[in-house]
Amino acid sequence: MLNSKIPAGSLDKKWEDYKGHCKLVNPANKRNMEVIIVGTGLAGASAAASLGELGYKVKAFCFQDSPRRAHSIAAQGGINAAKNYQNDGDSVFRLFYDTVKGGDYRAREANVHRLAEVSGNIIDQCVAQGVPFAREYGGLLSNRSFGGTQVQRTFYAAGQTGQQLLLGAYSALERQVALGNVTMYNRHEMLDIVVIDGKARGIIARDLITGKLERHFGHAVLLASGGYGNVFYLSTNAMGSNVTAAWKATRKGAFFGNPCYTQIHPTCIPVSGDHQSKLTLMSESLRNDGRIWVPKKQNDTRKPSDIPEDERDYYLERRYPAFGNLVPRDVASRAAKERCDAGYGVGSSKQAVYLDFAFNMDRYGRIEASKRQISNPSADEIRKLGKEVVAEKYGNLFDMYAKITGENPYEVPMRIYPAVHYTMGGLWVDYELMTTVTGLYALGEANFSDHGANRLGASALMQGLADGYFVIPYTLGNYLAGEIGTKAYSLDHPAFIEAEKNVQSTIDKLMNIKGTKSVDHFHKKLGKIMWDKCGMARNEQGLKEAIVEIQQLRAEFWKDVRIPGDANEFNPELEKAGRVADFLELGELMCVDALNRRESCGGHFREESQTDEGEAQRDDANFSYVSAWEYKGESQFELHKEALEFVECKPTQRSYK
Amino acid sequence: MEHYNMNLTLKVWRQKNADAQGKFETYPVSGISSEMSFLEMFDVLNERLINEGKEPIAFDHDCREGICGACSMHINGRAHGPWAGTTTCQLHMRAFKDGDTLTVEPWRAGSFPVVKDLTVDRGAFDRIIEAGGYVSVNTGNAQDANNILVPKDDADAAFAAAACIGCGACVAACKNSSAMLFVSAKVSQLALLPQGQPEKKSRALNMIAQMDKEGFGSCTNTGACEAECPKEISLTNIARLNREYINAGFTYEK
Ligand SMILES: Cc1cc2nc3c(=O)[nH]c(=O)nc-3n(C[C@H](O)[C@H](O)[C@H](O)COP(=O)(O)OP(=O)(O)OC[C@H]3O[C@@H](n4cnc5c(N)ncnc54)[C@H](O)[C@@H]3O)c2cc1C
Ligand code: SF4
Ligand code: FES
Repeated sequence: MLNSKIPAGSLDKKWEDYKGHCKLVNPANKRNMEVIIVGTGLAGASAAASLGELGYKVKAFCFQDSPRRAHSIAAQGGINAAKNYQNDGDSVFRLFYDTVKGGDYRAREANVHRLAEVSGNIIDQCVAQGVPFAREYGGLLSNRSFGGTQVQRTFYAAGQTGQQLLLGAYSALERQVALGNVTMYNRHEMLDIVVIDGKARGIIARDLITGKLERHFGHAVLLASGGYGNVFYLSTNAMGSNVTAAWKATRKGAFFGNPCYTQIHPTCIPVSGDHQSKLTLMSESLRNDGRIWVPKKQNDTRKPSDIPEDERDYYLERRYPAFGNLVPRDVASRAAKERCDAGYGVGSSKQAVYLDFAFNMDRYGRIEASKRQISNPSADEIRKLGKEVVAEKYGNLFDMYAKITGENPYEVPMRIYPAVHYTMGGLWVDYELMTTVTGLYALGEANFSDHGANRLGASALMQGLADGYFVIPYTLGNYLAGEIGTKAYSLDHPAFIEAEKNVQSTIDKLMNIKGTKSVDHFHKKLGKIMWDKCGMARNEQGLKEAIVEIQQLRAEFWKDVRIPGDANEFNPELEKAGRVADFLELGELMCVDALNRRESCGGHFREESQTDEGEAQRDDANFSYVSAWEYKGESQFELHKEALEFVECKPTQRSYK
Repeated sequence: MEHYNMNLTLKVWRQKNADAQGKFETYPVSGISSEMSFLEMFDVLNERLINEGKEPIAFDHDCREGICGACSMHINGRAHGPWAGTTTCQLHMRAFKDGDTLTVEPWRAGSFPVVKDLTVDRGAFDRIIEAGGYVSVNTGNAQDANNILVPKDDADAAFAAAACIGCGACVAACKNSSAMLFVSAKVSQLALLPQGQPEKKSRALNMIAQMDKEGFGSCTNTGACEAECPKEISLTNIARLNREYINAGFTYEK
């Protein structure tokens, strides 16, 4: 039976009570306790820094050449917090409520409430570290709006919020490295978990430069290894983002929660050709100031500037007047797909819609002119002033767009299309962030916890830092307090030897295939199956086909992949091969999960389950649960259910109209 | 934007590992679309090398959005290639024309040893940050964020300095392999903010000391770093660092 260990008591007292009663480890004992952290993104770096400060002996791992390069660095738009600095009606409850509703009532209330409670502390902590958030002229912090909410609670640093937050956490981490509390293992990849007597006690990692396998002991192991969007090959994730750490844990007994919940982000730069290696996000914050439209006429080939106002269909504003361009991502993505499928798409591929800033650039220009007391400003003047305001808010994004497309978004509307962006699914964890393997934790995007079936914008950064700075320091202590008598295991323990042997034999197997096709060849094929059949819309027949196709592709991979070079040297192709091998197993489980969930919810859209207006139709009577899958062998997964109970947020048909 | 295809000649530095002797290899590539990114052009070449049974070219990259700082190619004598304010991954093939010859090397600096082919070891940058690139504040002891007022101009200037992605192009571009632009960006960010004041002096001294220890050269104000920096980190940061350093040197006692 799954026990989510949610503390008793009213929702708003649970975390307070937990903190007041959890077990503690005294400072002298902390110094003898070793903690392994896989990942140095926002979740991992904040955990490593905080646990190091507390006095634990931390070993942190990342596959990049520096912890500062974790994928979190690329987050653009912002981070939410219930500060109510804008006096616009925000509160802990409202952030909690928006997040549960945004997740289409498939998240655990207690976790989300805790997230909302600590959100304010995150901003305080980051500012104290010197994170240069955007500010107003009075010196106070500035906020912007994100989708799925009607308040302004998003803190930001231009379009580089993730970078600034991660550099804050990274510097806190490096400070602990200097103090000797954290040992950093760069260019190391975790390839297995070591479980002894039912408890996670270490990992096997490969030194990516020498290819040597290493054994590392820990009293506890924390996975903060990020999301698995790259199962689709093309996504907004960094090239190296992968599921391997989480998948190895799954194979060692950690259940995988809601694997089919993936987020397709509505505003990304469209695919330009077969050479495409990744997709680039244009931050959701742009929907603050950009209006989305397509021509009212099908197959309209006119330039956007030649299409008069009354021949434009601002379809989000039309369909969702209350939230307009700021509907949640799942809703906006499906609406874009609907328009393109119906023949209204723009650009050469017709798989794009416009994101247009002209209207707001003009508005800002007028405000600026008025501030500067310019009476009767000319259209050019207004344009110029407006441009300056927009450049300050989103300059780096506009530059990025111009470099990639060769078009100037200050002059012509951006062309955008949905792309895979984030995975709400991940390792199942209880309230303490522990997986179903005792002593093995999952933090950040790697866990399934807080976002239900759809994540609201600017909430991943919040969750990663909440987990690392404010949750794990308490919940880990509660576990380790019972482990103070446990001495470090010898690295020659049979479990370490066995785990290393298994990793070695997988590597040998991969190297010995000596087939004819590159790793990317298989990855692209997998991505296409996933996108076509387990992407923005899913149906029973497609999912059944996808499962068979993935199984066939996996068999072909293990017969025919070609990995040049050696295993005992720096070999990026071998790294990729190991990751794609795991994606080929995960992809199947995602389809199995999507097939099982015969309802639509959030990002999971089953064509068989929609309202007359084409909105996602939940089936609370049958599917108000978390799917936690247990790995039982190749292609064998057993479903465990965690029932979801809603006390404060009564599920209703989500409406943004 | 008009799309076109091109054929190019690539001269790429190949080096098996840190100890091996490296050399240039020449590869003709054809049918490269002007819409590809520079790294996608390398993907095409690598795919071909793999199909031919050869070893692909190793290079660092991750985000491909110009923000992680991993990519690091020296292209035709310029760090990150011809476009100003642009990382290698954001450089697009529109920058080149049919028939061009491109010479691609790793960062060249004693403190950045080659790992393989175009991949180098930039661990020295992490160690410089360890020496003082932070505010000493433990988790949990922060006050309410809006209690710290920061004038917008200072906040903007701190942000501009904090935009450094730690790529190392400044070092690669500098004839002395100086890391002053990188160090000055971090020192400036924190020196401009109230939160950074208490450790201002020790920070400047310690980070510079570590920079010297890592073997980076000295700054002779040629400005090559600023010209090649993909995040357009300004030379004024170096001036600020010098001021901080001199001030600290006079007044700091430990
Ligand atoms: C382009 C983009 C923009 C975004 N913008 C926003 C935004 O504005 N607001 C928001 O809230 N969210 C945003 N997100 C989402 C958010 O950035 C991520 O969900 C979040 O940063 C994930 O953080 P993390 O710490 O969980 O993992 P990551 O940052 O992905 O870090 C994973 C870490 O694990 C390590 N790792 C993984 N596997 C292994 C292994 N096997 N061995 C060793 N190390 C390993 C990696 O080296 C890395 O250090 C954005 C995402 C993208 C793609
Ligand atoms: S200062 Fe510029 S060139 Fe140097 S590391 Fe930072 S971003 Fe790269
Ligand atoms: S790959 Fe991240 S900056 Fe180029």
